[in-house]
Amino acid sequence: MNIDSIQNGIVIDHIRAGGAMELYRLLKLGKLDCPVAIIKNAPSGKMGKKDIIKIDSVSAIDMNLDVLGFVDPDATINVIKDGKLAGKKHAGLPERIENVLKCRNPRCITSVEPDLPQVFQLANRETKTYRCIYCEAKAELIK
Amino acid sequence: MKHLIDIRDLTQAEIVSLLDLADDIVAHPEEYREKCHYKKLATLFFEPSTRTRLSFEAAMYELGGQVLGFSEAASSSASKGESVSDTIRVVGCYADIIAMRHPKEGAPMVGAMHSTVPIINAGDGGHNHPTQTLTDLMTIRREKGRLDNFTIGFCGDLKFGRTVHSLIAALSRCENVNFVLISPEELKLPSYIKKDVLQEQGLPYVQTTDLTAVMPELDVLYMTRVQRERFFNEEDYLRLKDSYILTPEKLQNAKPDLSILHPLPRVNEIDTAIDADPRACYFRQALNGKYVRMALILKLLEEAQHEH
Repeated sequence: MNIDSIQNGIVIDHIRAGGAMELYRLLKLGKLDCPVAIIKNAPSGKMGKKDIIKIDSVSAIDMNLDVLGFVDPDATINVIKDGKLAGKKHAGLPERIENVLKCRNPRCITSVEPDLPQVFQLANRETKTYRCIYCEAKAELIK
Repeated sequence: MKHLIDIRDLTQAEIVSLLDLADDIVAHPEEYREKCHYKKLATLFFEPSTRTRLSFEAAMYELGGQVLGFSEAASSSASKGESVSDTIRVVGCYADIIAMRHPKEGAPMVGAMHSTVPIINAGDGGHNHPTQTLTDLMTIRREKGRLDNFTIGFCGDLKFGRTVHSLIAALSRCENVNFVLISPEELKLPSYIKKDVLQEQGLPYVQTTDLTAVMPELDVLYMTRVQRERFFNEEDYLRLKDSYILTPEKLQNAKPDLSILHPLPRVNEIDTAIDADPRACYFRQALNGKYVRMALILKLLEEAQHEH
């Protein structure tokens, strides 16, 4: 199977196998009008199987990828410029995740005021726990 | 702008300073009667809570200030769909300080983000209630003469009881406090508090379902009500509400200097026969609540004045 190399954009590599669709949703990639490729279960020497997302757009280089650190901190981000690898970065754990995840606590103020920014703060780096800044409920991914 | 949204917003030194001020108000009330002359406190109660509201209002009146506000959401613009931030911005035009209670968790924090005057969280859902915690700390300190080296038992609803969560967080900063957590299985302390507060700081705690068995160890017993409004299911509420009732029989093996606290209102979890026992502190605790709120209002207004 061949997926064309991209000219300018990003390749999110080493995504845990099966995790690409979740990332696609959280990063709101469905809203982009540039070419986006999802490769599932690609063979990987290190991981056995992995997913890859390629986004062919200059604007993708500056995308907010904070959530990646929460969902899949081992994923790597390759920045491609003029068809060449221009840089590599690890997602890491951001201090805050803004407007990506929704608080799922029905008692949280954000449940009745949808215009409030949805902000989660890193509460424990070891356990990768994020908490809503308003109600302190733990950030959860919708499975 | 300094607000009080969460007891953890205050350093231990700030808490001690507030309690010192509250003690001074108790000793010399006449010196504080005019301190808030021409100042206004807005009590914005989006959820009814008569005694907390009355405590705030009495505190402001005793400082010589005035009070405006509403006691339920139905009589506020929230019923028309106004956001918390808009309400706070408007009320900030009329009042010097705001005490706010809201059924949704985090609402006072949203208020604080947009407020030009100090906001005091007077309770947000099952989340925080910092002035109750200050009241509890003041009571323990006045009854025991210290805020360290004692064993405290929390009994009843430890899952939804926000007063318990906040007090544990506050006491976790004090020296050599042992925690005994007494509740039915269904109402145990949430694991994140055990993990993030008690275990993380290596604080000693015991979990049990048997109040009588641990009674002799306790220096302070903090009773809580199993609250109907915290349950989604009426059946669960009816099954658990009578689980942990304190009776004179259960106090038989208690220490003679035990201090029994309760944030009130009580339903039936403390037998009224205990009210006359000198170890029952809960009505003194309610009185302390007024004094510590006076101290808080004074401190926050003073700091706001410095900022201007």
